Amino acid sequence: MSDYVSVMGLEVHAQLLTNSKIFCPCSAAFGLDPNTNTCPVCMGMPGVLPVLNRKVVDSGIKLGLALNCTIENRNVFARKNYFYPDLPKGYQITQYENPLCSNGHLDIEVNGSKKRIGIRRIHMEEDAGKSIHDEKEPLSYIDFNRACVPLLEIVTEPDISTAQEAVAYLKELRQILMYLKICDGNMEEGSLRCDANISVMKKGAGILGTRTELKNMNSFKNVQRALDYEIERQIRLLESGREVEQETLLWNTSLGKTFSMRSKEESHDYRYFPEPDLIPIIVGDEWVERMKDTLPELPAARRQRFMELYGLPAYDADQLTQTLDLADYFEQCVHLLDSPKEISNWIMTEVMRVLNEKAIDIKDLLVTPSMLIGLVDLLKKGTVSGLMAKEIFTEMADTGKSAADIIKERGLEQVSDEGALKDLIKKIIEANPKESSQYRAGKTQLLGFFVGEVMKASKGKANPKVAGNIVKELLEP
Amino acid sequence: MKITESQVLHVARLARLKLEPELLLRFQRELSSILDYMDLLKEVETTGVEPTFHAHALTNALREDSASPSQSRHDALSNAPRVHDDAFVVPKVIE
Amino acid sequence: MLDTARIYRKNDMSPERHVEKLLSRIRQDTLNSFVTVDEEGALRQAVISGKAIEWGDEDLIQGIPVAVKDNICTKGIRTTCSSDILKGFIPTYDAHVIERLKARGAVILGKTNMDEFAMGSTTNTSNIGPSRNPWDMKKTPGGSSGGSAAAVAAGLCDVALGSDTGGSVRQPASFCGITGLKPTYGTVSRYGLVAFASSLDQIGPMGRSARDVAILYDAIKGYDKRDSTCVPKNYAATSLDGIDMKGLRIGLPDIFFAEGLSHDVERSVRFAVSVFRELGAEIVPVDLPRIRYGVAVYYIIAPAEASSNLARYDGVRYGTRHGDDKDLFEMYCETRAKGFNSEVKRRIMLGTYALSAGYYDAYYRKASQVRTLIVEDFRKAFESCDIIAGPTVPVTAFGLDEMLDDPLSIYLLDIYTIPANLTGIPALSIPCGFGDNGMPIGIQLMAPAFMDHIILGAGITFQDHTKFHEVKP
Repeated sequence: MSDYVSVMGLEVHAQLLTNSKIFCPCSAAFGLDPNTNTCPVCMGMPGVLPVLNRKVVDSGIKLGLALNCTIENRNVFARKNYFYPDLPKGYQITQYENPLCSNGHLDIEVNGSKKRIGIRRIHMEEDAGKSIHDEKEPLSYIDFNRACVPLLEIVTEPDISTAQEAVAYLKELRQILMYLKICDGNMEEGSLRCDANISVMKKGAGILGTRTELKNMNSFKNVQRALDYEIERQIRLLESGREVEQETLLWNTSLGKTFSMRSKEESHDYRYFPEPDLIPIIVGDEWVERMKDTLPELPAARRQRFMELYGLPAYDADQLTQTLDLADYFEQCVHLLDSPKEISNWIMTEVMRVLNEKAIDIKDLLVTPSMLIGLVDLLKKGTVSGLMAKEIFTEMADTGKSAADIIKERGLEQVSDEGALKDLIKKIIEANPKESSQYRAGKTQLLGFFVGEVMKASKGKANPKVAGNIVKELLEP
Repeated sequence: MKITESQVLHVARLARLKLEPELLLRFQRELSSILDYMDLLKEVETTGVEPTFHAHALTNALREDSASPSQSRHDALSNAPRVHDDAFVVPKVIE
Repeated sequence: MLDTARIYRKNDMSPERHVEKLLSRIRQDTLNSFVTVDEEGALRQAVISGKAIEWGDEDLIQGIPVAVKDNICTKGIRTTCSSDILKGFIPTYDAHVIERLKARGAVILGKTNMDEFAMGSTTNTSNIGPSRNPWDMKKTPGGSSGGSAAAVAAGLCDVALGSDTGGSVRQPASFCGITGLKPTYGTVSRYGLVAFASSLDQIGPMGRSARDVAILYDAIKGYDKRDSTCVPKNYAATSLDGIDMKGLRIGLPDIFFAEGLSHDVERSVRFAVSVFRELGAEIVPVDLPRIRYGVAVYYIIAPAEASSNLARYDGVRYGTRHGDDKDLFEMYCETRAKGFNSEVKRRIMLGTYALSAGYYDAYYRKASQVRTLIVEDFRKAFESCDIIAGPTVPVTAFGLDEMLDDPLSIYLLDIYTIPANLTGIPALSIPCGFGDNGMPIGIQLMAPAFMDHIILGAGITFQDHTKFHEVKP
């Protein structure tokens, strides 16, 4: 197994978050009723013509800058000709020569070591419609809502050597796309699609092995499984003296295997030629500069800064920078209260919990940074116990009320007043003679029991530390 | 230059045209003679000449990113040869 | 058209009466010039136009009956491109030019016959059979806008729209003794024109006089943001006064008068040139050395683009489908085999071949490079002249049954018209005489890009001094 190395490249298609489609003014929204989001242009009717959406170029330039690419000055489109029912015109408008971006790279980290993945090209193209195949009848049903939705295709150099690296690359790329707000990164829904080219060869061999193309991996987990499987499959083939055939394979999630996608037309002759209906787009320095100015701090840089500036461990930095909005939320909190680790803990536990439970984004969370800091302040002052604070947070997220309001409404102020607690504790000691004597006899671990009783009796409002001290005091032999 | 029968068949396949044998033969003959005529272009020195793909040297025809209402589903399907449940129906690809 | 506009306003005849008269002529038409006639729609608009004129509307287009080539989409009116594959196709949208005309009150009479998908020079390839030349019913009106040309010449409409990719407006105009313009590429929106060869196609106005053609051109031209190849300019109206020919330099390339040109055509064209000279023009020799490669360049580029443009006719979303009971591949192949005629198939095959792997550089790219050289030739020629003149077609209209067996010899007849499409420059054909057999002859005037008004002006002036365009079949 270790005699072989695998050589892989990834082709990722990212559906763009534009208002309208790439070549027509239909909405680019997802999930509408079939064939309700079309127009003559995206349906390829006779006589219609494409007109390029400026925002698609903007998005491509931004991504190219984020991936350290050279931005092409003179961009042209081409026709990729083939027949398929979900391809309305019988050709896809894409970029063949002179793609928008080229020669970039993306750095990834796997098991502590860094690796640079080369980006060969990024180009603009249109999506096709969707076919659904009938299970019984030999029929397919076509919905053209998705036809003409803008895509950016990102192609790496064959620099990826393991499935793990592939997943790391995908995760980082996806995060960048989301930070740039140009794609929502949803692999299950298909707004982020990944195909791979895989070959294996013996270590030290001069020539590359035969490549297969692998499609239909719709999650990070499936990418990992599929690539692991395919690498293994190719190695086994070669070891048994057989050859790897150049073919396109589909990953079957349920069976955990790849299957050949043999079709009637073995070789695809796409007959690329420059698109006569679209004129070249000149992207000059001014346009590139304008896009550069809109770039946010990218994930890798932000993680680094969180670690350096706030002294956070890598794990925290990772978690907090998962999305740009979350990272902003964190920094807004720290701006109000200079206690990064404490805030980090709050976000990684309570905030994330609520976001998951409610299946919402941070920007929809009713607890704003200042509200959170309000709660943390009260906790620090001792106005509420830690346990109570968590409950209060949940209610803040449910209702949008401030911590102070909730505490007042429910009378949750932590009772730290020794006088008040003393009375309560005296009663509890009296009510539990057995435990009291055991404690006095030396079983000091029963302190926890007494504090627990105090918390119960006070409905969580007692300050456990103070209560504990009073218990100790009163039970002193 | 002569176009072979298998080349004609290959091109017909790429273009999704079913050709009857007589048409196949005829096209083979006609296309060969037309392509022979095209050999005329070999006479022309074109090294370093940029190809012309558009009549005028215009650039940057761009549209703002705003969505307009789509056509009704009724209009979209109005010329469809075969429809089922608001989708276009086609025979499946048989492997 | 101008005459009609005057008549409307003099109250000598209402649009309704005029349109009724034309519709009745069309009903009796033996030229097979129309595919579809929209009597109801036409009369409805005629009535509206009548009222508008009553209330003082001065728009020359108001109430004018226009025939539209059947490859220009008309909302709600069947648009077939004279092809079986679009036999029942009804667009849900108007072409841009139709929107413009309707907005000004034009009366759309119906859709005219053409060569299927505009591929041809005779209308013989139409799925409803050929149209006939009103000057001689046994002869072709030319193509591919033959139906439009015949309708104009026979007085079945006032003006018509055609389309021109390699000469399809000018050649039938010449064969039918009328005036036809292929405008500068990009001045008329192609949105709604069923594409044949995208970098060459233009919609062209056709009429019985250069003035009519100029007015119609003004009505349809102008920027349309739905066509990325449309030039973002707005143009001044073309002067209907003609131009002062004094000092105008007319270039006459020797190569236009080489072998293959009929004697009678040469005679008429040279006569027309002498008229221009009489009117003050200076005739200068010009050289177009690479024009002899034009046909080869065109017959690679046009079919290549067409093969891609026609891929959408696959029976999935519209059009006639065959082989529905078979698998997808069979359905595609049968639909297209049965839906397209052999000329269309031949060009798709040629185009597919020219773009296919291994041949792209030798054919499509090479042809595109020679295209650059032809553009260069014209640019250089226009340094020494304002207009380049020559015959529109080497021959007059031939018999309907002639030349059926040899596609290449028909292609070679496009030799004078093709260059304007390759270079994007405007070209006008006006009647300038008659052949030995009495069939009309046209002279073609070309000018640099965006100088359409120069050739239209020259055409108007020529027609103010000659009567060829007034002779009726």
